[in-house]
Amino acid sequence: MQSIDLATQPLRELNSTLQAQSAQTNATAWEILNPRGAHAIAVGLDAPIEVTVRGVTGYYCAGMNKQAHIHVTGSVGPGVAENMMSGAVIIDGDASQYAGATGRGGLLVIKGNASSRCGISMKGIDIVVHGNVGHMSAFMAQAGNLVVCGDAGDALGDSIYEARLFVRGSVRSLGADCVEKEMRPEHLEILRDLLDRAGADAKPEEFRRYGSARKLYNFDIDNAAAY
Amino acid sequence: MKDHDTRIPQTVPIQSATFSNPINAEIRRAAATGIYDIRGGGAKRKVPHFDDLLFLGASISRYPLEGYREKCDTRVTLGTRFAKKPIELDIPVTIAGMSFGALSAQAKEALGRGASAAGTSTTTGDGGMTPEERGHSSKLVYQYLPSRYGMNPDDLRRADAIEIVVGQGAKPGGGGMLLGQKISDRVAEMRTLPKGIDQRSACRHPDWTGPDDLEIKILELREITGWQVPIYVKVGGTRPYYDTALAVKAGADVVVLDGMQGGTAATQDVFIEHVGLPTLACIRPAVRALQDLGMHREVQLVVSGGIRTGADVAKALALGADAVAIGTAALIALGDNDPRWESEYQKLGTTTGAYDDWHEGRDPAGITTQDPDLAARLDPVEAGRRLRNYLKVMTLEAQTIARACGHNHLHNLEPEDLCALTMEAAAMAQVPLAGTDWYPGKPGSGY
Repeated sequence: MQSIDLATQPLRELNSTLQAQSAQTNATAWEILNPRGAHAIAVGLDAPIEVTVRGVTGYYCAGMNKQAHIHVTGSVGPGVAENMMSGAVIIDGDASQYAGATGRGGLLVIKGNASSRCGISMKGIDIVVHGNVGHMSAFMAQAGNLVVCGDAGDALGDSIYEARLFVRGSVRSLGADCVEKEMRPEHLEILRDLLDRAGADAKPEEFRRYGSARKLYNFDIDNAAAY
Repeated sequence: MKDHDTRIPQTVPIQSATFSNPINAEIRRAAATGIYDIRGGGAKRKVPHFDDLLFLGASISRYPLEGYREKCDTRVTLGTRFAKKPIELDIPVTIAGMSFGALSAQAKEALGRGASAAGTSTTTGDGGMTPEERGHSSKLVYQYLPSRYGMNPDDLRRADAIEIVVGQGAKPGGGGMLLGQKISDRVAEMRTLPKGIDQRSACRHPDWTGPDDLEIKILELREITGWQVPIYVKVGGTRPYYDTALAVKAGADVVVLDGMQGGTAATQDVFIEHVGLPTLACIRPAVRALQDLGMHREVQLVVSGGIRTGADVAKALALGADAVAIGTAALIALGDNDPRWESEYQKLGTTTGAYDDWHEGRDPAGITTQDPDLAARLDPVEAGRRLRNYLKVMTLEAQTIARACGHNHLHNLEPEDLCALTMEAAAMAQVPLAGTDWYPGKPGSGY
């Protein structure tokens, strides 16, 4: 395993080294030591490598990830895996605001809790949170799946488009145009697969599904009170 | 019985300045439809502008340069602060961000062709980067917007610069809406949304708030792009001193400042006409912020919003800008609002020069549309040639003025070359009222 120690090596060297890896690299396993809350760790990667970050990170860890499997053993700051394209990001601890924001693909797993706006504007990413999510999660969520094994805060799925939301616990309130929907067999299959891939100890049947009522898709003055 | 006694002088009917015919028409329209008016075209009200300034030209105290003979340089480099590869432009006039979706693919191609032929940059918009515009743009600025429609790291790395859009002059503090009728299959796919639905463009970024976060966001973008390309921060003209200072503090290479005449964004008429500052009022505070931080010319300032002529370019540069950006003027050069389409404008209830429903997708000129038949009306090669010509003329005009003021580079123009025709313009531009050595707010003047 290759090792990069942020106590002695600069962030630029870390990212340029990881970004230089290709699909043919022999150096497929990396560990990052002493992250100490640094921002923009392991961003813009584009190779099928495994990266383990041993500790706590700041903003935008694993931002815009493609292909790489990134595992953070601690908690992460705002915007983890923002705009992720593919690959996987696993967080052992908690995540701050905007986890998985605008993500287009790949899997984000948060084994602790996620703060507000988890999955904001998500565009195809799959997010599984073992714990709870804060308010305004999945705001303007366009596509993908957000799975919450715990509870969801206020205004879940506000102004949601076509993303699917699955919550096992309580939902404090739903946002504009977000409604509970029928859980059909195909949804249970999607959920079973996601829970399995995320290592979550939960059964699909324990969840409720939420999504868009599609009443705000085209502007109508009679809906003004909903905005 | 007579209606009135013709021997008695009658009161002449007087239209109310408050309840004018346009205001009354808008009241009736709102009452009939229950919806506010949405349009493009920027602020149409008269505000203090570059027309209210004049150049003084050379005299005994200054001597001019020979037109057509002595060189007057126009080159500008943007992004010299941190980027390893700053953008080098032949002229200080760039093309502002306009999205594929709002514009047809042909129009985006034409913008790229024209800008490249003139030696300048063009800019993407909400919706991402298309292969056509990348292919036809020698220098392409990639906008990083709140919606992140079409955003991906590969395009980010393909860009020659990144422009983080915080706001636009037409609607500072507002988001946008691309109406369903403009959502073709391709636009829908690029934006990851169903075809035919209204697509909201968010008014603020999803993963940062405030200048401290912005600094970290800029760090992330630099790390992803290897610190190679400049990072611009674009703001609408509201608090230009503080916004410029905060953008510099956050690490911007370039600040783009867009005044309220910025016109290519569609939004509510009430927003366009009642929020934001005129472009003229934005420049001096922004330049002062750069000077106070010791960053004038190190962080470049690009000004946009109502730039139309080489005189406007020269005046913006004289007030301290490094370059300007054009949007509406570029569309007009391509063929927007052209009299040849007058009969079709009339069918849409408007007329040449007043057409501003660019968001509806029915543009007779084929520029602000996704309708294949309308879009096919625009020949991107010919339209690109027109834009190139227009950019060249603007540059020649600016050079003409600079030479007359005795400058061998457009950047050598300075506030001392200017005077103002009105008190308002004098106060905003901080140049003397014509024939005086005074302007409102001049230090030591007592006013």
